[in-house]
Amino acid sequence: MNTDHWIDALARQAEPVATRQPAPLLARALAWGLPGTLALLLLGYGLRPDLGTVLGWPMFWVKLGMPLAVALAGLALVARLGRPGVSGGAAWWGVLLPVLLVWTMAAWQWAQAAPADRPALLWGQTWRGCLVSIGWIALPVFVATLGALRQLAPTRPSLAGAAAGLLAGGAGAAAYALHCPEMTAPFLAVWYVLGMAVPVLLGALLGPRLLRW
Amino acid sequence: MPTLDVETELRALFVCALAGDDAAYRLFLRRLAGHLRAYLGRRLFGWPDDVEDLVQECLLAIHNKRHTWLPAQPLSAWVHAIARHKLIDLLRARSVREALHEPLDAAEELFASNQTAAHEARRDVLGLLQELPDKQRLPILHVKIEGLSVAETARRTGLSESAVKVGIHRGLKALARRFGVADQGQAHAQGV
Repeated sequence: MNTDHWIDALARQAEPVATRQPAPLLARALAWGLPGTLALLLLGYGLRPDLGTVLGWPMFWVKLGMPLAVALAGLALVARLGRPGVSGGAAWWGVLLPVLLVWTMAAWQWAQAAPADRPALLWGQTWRGCLVSIGWIALPVFVATLGALRQLAPTRPSLAGAAAGLLAGGAGAAAYALHCPEMTAPFLAVWYVLGMAVPVLLGALLGPRLLRW
Repeated sequence: MPTLDVETELRALFVCALAGDDAAYRLFLRRLAGHLRAYLGRRLFGWPDDVEDLVQECLLAIHNKRHTWLPAQPLSAWVHAIARHKLIDLLRARSVREALHEPLDAAEELFASNQTAAHEARRDVLGLLQELPDKQRLPILHVKIEGLSVAETARRTGLSESAVKVGIHRGLKALARRFGVADQGQAHAQGV
């Protein structure tokens, strides 16, 4: 087909288009994904029984805050990488800083502890469950976010998929923190970070396949 | 800075198009097609036949994804990212070696040239050449347009090498006169 005819056909479809699309699309995705993630937590795991007490402990807020900060940075990254010609920019720091902060706390706590106590700090009681559970609970947000990204236009599908994984992994880990009984920084630094890395890795692998346009 | 002017002008058209103005949209797509043709043509010059298909595919992608442009972003960066994405897709589909290298080019480059005129100019030159006698037309065609050497051209046309050079020289002079360019005697030194 001749390009001029092609252009005429496209121009006939001119209609008012809202250009602030990423925000409402992502809001809709989260409106589906977050309740899904919470439902998986409540139905499959339940809240920790002493939740009322631990609300007063700073470590609980670190455990909730670190993944939430990663999720927010992931959201910003998805909104940016979903648009052609926009890079992740400073939003990557939003992922790195909370993780570095928890790693620093973990190193400090590790150094302070007597050698005999260290394995307990690191392995806790539930490290196996933690890894799988965070990935599983993250799934609804992950799927909803990839769906929103498909309606945007990511030109770096691997990075965009990883960003969706950061948002989902952060949301999943924050939800899981409401169930998980572990309260040590080394546990967070290793198992929460690895748990969040599962959807990130999955997103980076699936991105080039699922985010084609 | 011509690139800046193009940016301003295309942005104005695109903003109208996004408000639903189909005349502005048509003009925008026409102008953009010229820039895309030049940009993709330079990178696909092994496959000239693919350029026009890819131009159309880029226009369709731009149309389908036009809601992802935010006015705060330079339009050139947005269009460039889409064109590069489609180009990489094509190269990857052919699994050619070029796919391994992301084209390293700046977004501003896309608006820096426009080939709507260039492909019409080429057609005009070929038309004008028809009016020259063979001993001028063939040397120009082979040496200046197809890029053969003088010796190779001499062998193909049966002319001597000096006749080829003289033919080019005189033919270009004749063409220059036809275009209304003042005769500078050195027209061939500047190429066609």
